[in-house]
Amino acid sequence: MSEVFFRAAGLGKRFGGFVALAEVDIELRAGERLGLIGPNGSGKSTFVNCISGDFGEHDGQVTLGGVALGGLKPHRRARLGMARTFQLPQPFNSLNVLENVRVPLLFAGHAAEATDRAMACLEQVEMADKARKLPKELTQVEQRRLELARAIALQPRLLIADEAMAGLSNTEVDQIIALLFKLNEAGAAVIMIEHIMRAVTAFSERLVVFVAGRKIADGPPRDVLALAEVEGAYLGKQ
Amino acid sequence: MNTHLRFWLGAAALGLALVAGLRLLGNDYGYFAGYFVLQYVVLAGAWNILGGYAGYVNFGAAGFMAAGAYSAIVVRQWLGWDLIPGIFAAAFVAGLLGLGTGYLTLRLKGVYFSIATLCLAVVLQTLVVNWDYVGGSRGAYIIHARDIPPFNSYSEMLFIVMLALAIITTGIGRAVEMSRLGRGLQAIRDNERAAEAVGVPTLRLKLVATTLCGALMGVAGAPLPYYSGYLNPEAAFSLAYAVNAIAMPLIGGAGTWAGPVIGAVLLASLQQAATVTISSALNLWIVGWMLVIFVAVAPRGILGWFRRRA
Repeated sequence: MSEVFFRAAGLGKRFGGFVALAEVDIELRAGERLGLIGPNGSGKSTFVNCISGDFGEHDGQVTLGGVALGGLKPHRRARLGMARTFQLPQPFNSLNVLENVRVPLLFAGHAAEATDRAMACLEQVEMADKARKLPKELTQVEQRRLELARAIALQPRLLIADEAMAGLSNTEVDQIIALLFKLNEAGAAVIMIEHIMRAVTAFSERLVVFVAGRKIADGPPRDVLALAEVEGAYLGKQ
Repeated sequence: MNTHLRFWLGAAALGLALVAGLRLLGNDYGYFAGYFVLQYVVLAGAWNILGGYAGYVNFGAAGFMAAGAYSAIVVRQWLGWDLIPGIFAAAFVAGLLGLGTGYLTLRLKGVYFSIATLCLAVVLQTLVVNWDYVGGSRGAYIIHARDIPPFNSYSEMLFIVMLALAIITTGIGRAVEMSRLGRGLQAIRDNERAAEAVGVPTLRLKLVATTLCGALMGVAGAPLPYYSGYLNPEAAFSLAYAVNAIAMPLIGGAGTWAGPVIGAVLLASLQQAATVTISSALNLWIVGWMLVIFVAVAPRGILGWFRRRA
């Protein structure tokens, strides 16, 4: 098994007196597929915002490929190989699809071949024919694909898909799962944060469960889902 | 032909044609009015770099412009430097001011940033009013030679200097638009958080933009004391500069290099015409009406309106 390349240790975040995240330890091996689940408000997005650098101040340490990320701005982390998608697609609305994907490439030192590489990324997400469209002309699932294309333009070692399938139909969910598998095969470890259990179980090799800001389970999906605490958190205790 | 070369050659040809036309006219007023319009081309182009591309609305144009004008006065009083070195000094001082303002205020978003820039202008004005060395509230006189060969007159010289500055500013705007910097600023305008997440160093780009914007606004102001021969804080910090710097790019088409040029030529000509035929008090009234009309009919400016129809 490949070695651990991402590590969050003792991660915690408070908003005033409210503890959003406490003492969370998560390790990830290169190319691993991790599902992160938990009820609304359990700290999943806080976790993502902490490791991606959106929240500058938090407890604990995050390392990626041996580099301590403490104090680094999101754009530095992005260039170190951490890419994310947002819960609600956040395209650059005045730029067309191709330009949206060119932006990360321009700032990652690939200015000369940015257009070719951006087209390649769009082909990977099957959006090459939409290259000249504006984001607002895209459907929901196409906007999600654009988010993914923009993320993979960074050639990430770690891709965080934050509810990339919310609001999509069954077939569309399958398409995105297939896409995430493809990106994973290309070498990126993936953290999938999702409420659609079908997607999480189909995709994840390992499952982490958050409840009220704490990690309550971490292991193979089948075992984790069988735990009484997890069932209790989702369905209520008897 | 290389598009950059074509732009510079085209701009130079247009500039030469303007100078030749005004020489044929043989009236000093032509230079006077031309300068008035061109200073706004510089000011609007400068505003556009931060406001048009990055979406940060700077209400402090008058502050930066006055910083440039007073820098020119200071280096003249202190070192005896003339107009051209004064312009460089203005670019330096106003650029630093832009950098400092940017560093202090860019954590603020939207309307909060705008108010901070407005405050900057007020603070600077208070400073200048109480600074005796540059004339304080009495103002400062600049006495210049009447003729300055090889130019026909001093006004012609000032006009040509401002013409060159307008061309350079427009060229810089165009270069920004076509560069990585411009794309990054557009990404910031559309979605700053997403821009940062895909590797755009947002703070650094915004600082480059505020510095460039400040420096060019200072440049627009540097020849002002030479133009009017006298400068007091009330004139240098005039509300008209702050309003026009925003209205002109918006009306021409913000976020495009040609937009501020079109807006400035249109609005400044109208204002100059109104000043001569009716009264100078009407200037801001005209700007106000134009803004109202454009916001209703063509919210993306003249260029945006044509692009939509194309």
